[in-house]
Amino acid sequence: MAKVTIDGIEIEVPDGTTILQAARMIGGDIVPPAMCYYSKLKTSGGYCRTCLVKVSKGSEKDPRPMPKPVASCRTTVMDGMEVLNITSPEVLEARAGVVEMLLLNHPLDCPVCDQAGECHLQDLAYEHGKAETRYEFPRREFEKIDIGDKVQLHMTRCIMCFRCVKVADQITDGRVHGVINRGDAAEISTYIEKAIDNDFSGNVIDVCPVGALTDKTFRFKSRVWYTKPVDAHRDCPTCTGKVRLWYKGDDVARVTARKDTYGEAEEWICNSCRFEHKKTSDWVIEGPTKVDRHSVISANHYENLRLLKASIDRQRASLPHGDKVDLGTGALNPNNEEK
Amino acid sequence: MGKKILLANDHIEGIRFLDTYRKHGGYASLEKALKSMTPEQIVEEVKTSGLRGRGGAGFPTGMKWSFLAKPEGVPRYVVCNADESEPGTFKDRYLMERIPHLLIEGMILSSYALGAKTSYIYIRGEYFYVARILEQAIDEAYAAGLLGKNILNSGFDLDLYVQIGAGAYICGEETALLESLEGKRGNPRIKPPFPAIAGLYGCPTVVNNVETIAAVVPIVNEGGAAYAAIGVGNSKGTKLISASGHINKPGVYEIELGVPVEEFIYSDEYCGGIRNGKKLKAVVAGGSSVPILPTELILNTAAGEPRLMSYESLGDGGFATGTMLGSGGFIVMDEDTSIVKNLYTFARFYHHESCGQCSPCREGTGWMEKILHKILHGHGTLADVDLLWDIQSKIEGKTICPLGEAAAWPVAAAIRHFRKEFEDFIRNGEHVNDVKHYYRLNNLTAPIN
Amino acid sequence: MSEKTILKFSDETAAIAKKIVARYPEGRHKSALIPLLHLAQAEFDGWLSVPAMDCVAEFLSIQPIEAYEVASFYSMFNLKPVGKCTLEVCRTSSCWLNGAEDIVRHLEKKLGIKEGQTTADGMFTLKTVECLGSCGTAPMLQCGGDYYENLTLEKTDKLVDSLRAEGKARVYTNDNPVNID
Repeated sequence: MAKVTIDGIEIEVPDGTTILQAARMIGGDIVPPAMCYYSKLKTSGGYCRTCLVKVSKGSEKDPRPMPKPVASCRTTVMDGMEVLNITSPEVLEARAGVVEMLLLNHPLDCPVCDQAGECHLQDLAYEHGKAETRYEFPRREFEKIDIGDKVQLHMTRCIMCFRCVKVADQITDGRVHGVINRGDAAEISTYIEKAIDNDFSGNVIDVCPVGALTDKTFRFKSRVWYTKPVDAHRDCPTCTGKVRLWYKGDDVARVTARKDTYGEAEEWICNSCRFEHKKTSDWVIEGPTKVDRHSVISANHYENLRLLKASIDRQRASLPHGDKVDLGTGALNPNNEEK
Repeated sequence: MGKKILLANDHIEGIRFLDTYRKHGGYASLEKALKSMTPEQIVEEVKTSGLRGRGGAGFPTGMKWSFLAKPEGVPRYVVCNADESEPGTFKDRYLMERIPHLLIEGMILSSYALGAKTSYIYIRGEYFYVARILEQAIDEAYAAGLLGKNILNSGFDLDLYVQIGAGAYICGEETALLESLEGKRGNPRIKPPFPAIAGLYGCPTVVNNVETIAAVVPIVNEGGAAYAAIGVGNSKGTKLISASGHINKPGVYEIELGVPVEEFIYSDEYCGGIRNGKKLKAVVAGGSSVPILPTELILNTAAGEPRLMSYESLGDGGFATGTMLGSGGFIVMDEDTSIVKNLYTFARFYHHESCGQCSPCREGTGWMEKILHKILHGHGTLADVDLLWDIQSKIEGKTICPLGEAAAWPVAAAIRHFRKEFEDFIRNGEHVNDVKHYYRLNNLTAPIN
Repeated sequence: MSEKTILKFSDETAAIAKKIVARYPEGRHKSALIPLLHLAQAEFDGWLSVPAMDCVAEFLSIQPIEAYEVASFYSMFNLKPVGKCTLEVCRTSSCWLNGAEDIVRHLEKKLGIKEGQTTADGMFTLKTVECLGSCGTAPMLQCGGDYYENLTLEKTDKLVDSLRAEGKARVYTNDNPVNID
């Protein structure tokens, strides 16, 4: 076991736990946002850099701070480690920078995007982004393509989290899509026209944090906030059959995996459950689901955001300006926030 | 004349071939090591020598070697990083094409010292002909019993292969190199684990630069202490410097660490002064990613001491007034050079070479290039300079691998030391005629915006 | 070449490929991917068509997408047809300081094409590339695996003329070492 302190809150976790997992065990505001990490996918995480935190004390044995911010999703805790997330202006500044980069070439087409309302990038942008972009050049664009008859790839919206590639690698056999080209020309692609045809391929939709991979059977059917989630199950020969149905009126508008607080699928579901069973009679209803939806459309979310923003702005304003100033650590007390 | 220990024989005709190389003392180190030294003794000699990684990071080689995990029954690998791609650097290519056996001897010694039975030299794909030279030399070595089974009757076996890349600067980063060697895209791995614990095929691996591995040969031959006697401070031994730009004698020079920068630029033994009698304006001392310094700061430190070609002296003053020895890619610029345009070639380079894995580098490098492009085409504003500064600060230290820093530092340093030139360029539209060259070179029909 | 074409290595190339695969430990044959893509590019007209990449994937028993991913990552792999000689002019710092852009403009004029294009007769493709590690002998260009250094406009002319007369890029061999000493 290792003791780790995150933003002043101490917790004891098993050896090998990452900082992000430890933060999730604590819960609340101190949990770093994660756009690419997915606890159920091996080797995921480390790419988006939104979960950067500052390690102000490496461990009891070696108390030196880590020189650079680290990706909390890929850094394991050490006994005695001290981590700063929302109490470090440096981390907040770095995160704001990352958000700006992620949005740099993003089309911001939320009004016509099926993911809007449950989009992690939307949440991230509201919480950590700035109202205006400083990017004045044409944005990167890609053609929409169908990968199979049920999934559409809208690469323009992609933030390169690599989750869908890892799903194809780890839970389907015979990956046919991947990452081609490099740098800012890199894209998710099958390279040649090819359908992703596999019992579990629909899970790429659930893991996609943005609207890059969407369910064609749900396309433009409804805004997600007009649909009501209900947990249900059926006896499925391929998967566990435990799903979440999203009702619009009396109709099942779409079927997804059940997701946890952090938007991660609890269990993978098969394409048959997802795409082909859209009648109430196909399912045993377990009852309405309380969605702890960490989303911009959730109740009171804007209000909470206003407070968080005010707090971040205050911390930013206290930043010294100039080149390579050491911002110091722990300058802000989390208890001073407006209640 | 400074002492040469790597390139002492580079002028000898036929030194590329095994018989000539042996005639001039080649493979004596190997015979000595296999007959009279244990692997641990070699590691000790390398530690004593104070040798530091010559690829750019300058990490003590002996320490890197001692980190190598040695679990029972798991193979270990030595991989030579010959993916020399840092703009301004061409020393490894010179060494490999002139004296390939020096690298091969170093590889055998290092593999023996670290207990590797199979080793690879990963060379950039563009060095196709150099790879051929190495392969030919390896064939010679096999034929002479210097590679393969039971080398020189010592019982030590080693297979050595050349692996060619295919055009990616990022593969010079050791974990990207290992990915590439495993037949994958050159995406750097997230560390830890470091290669010393889990490198090639998940096995303990040491990755060292060509020059570093070559330096093991004289260290074994003469002893670590003799090597450490050369140089100043913690900069021991000799270093190959690739000198290019506006100098009379561009080329690869082996220097004893500690030579004054001024002597290196102006003496006939080295660069031979600035071409066409022009004045020196600035130097990028250690490959494109290290901070550029103006004349007054490259010749002397901020404290007025003469600047020396050593890790410490070049680093004196931090990034505020100093730079780094890096890979030894020494690019000299005369008084007519436009810092803005030179920076644009660097920014374009890093944008082209970003692997695209993590967001600050993927997006930020392209953004910086676009802004510099805009400035070059006479559409820049003074606010753009501040924006560039801010973007580089959002990349530096936020990325998976050091390419983020490599892309950020040149931008930061150019603005730090030459801000006025950027502002003049923006205000006066200076050099606009020259800019048209760039316009055509980039095949652009309309300015961005 | 239609997308349905199936390509196979010649016996000679397949033998070389087998030797390359033998360099790696058991089960690590994917390591041969980059060397084999080079072989395929050399054998199949200087570029990697989908059938050419499929041929390599088949040879290594890997998914075709793995070959596409890798081929599209590295700048030396051509995913579109190229001329018999690809002139790759280095454009990074030291070469730029020494007039690389003049060489490019000169070549554009001489060949009647823009950077990135191929001449109508399919003889030359003109490209600019990033640092080739020849900064001390700048400006320079690479063609067919060989380096042509310390270029002047006259030398560039001569090179183009002689390549055109020979009808193909020279390839470095151990018996014919170009550019050494």
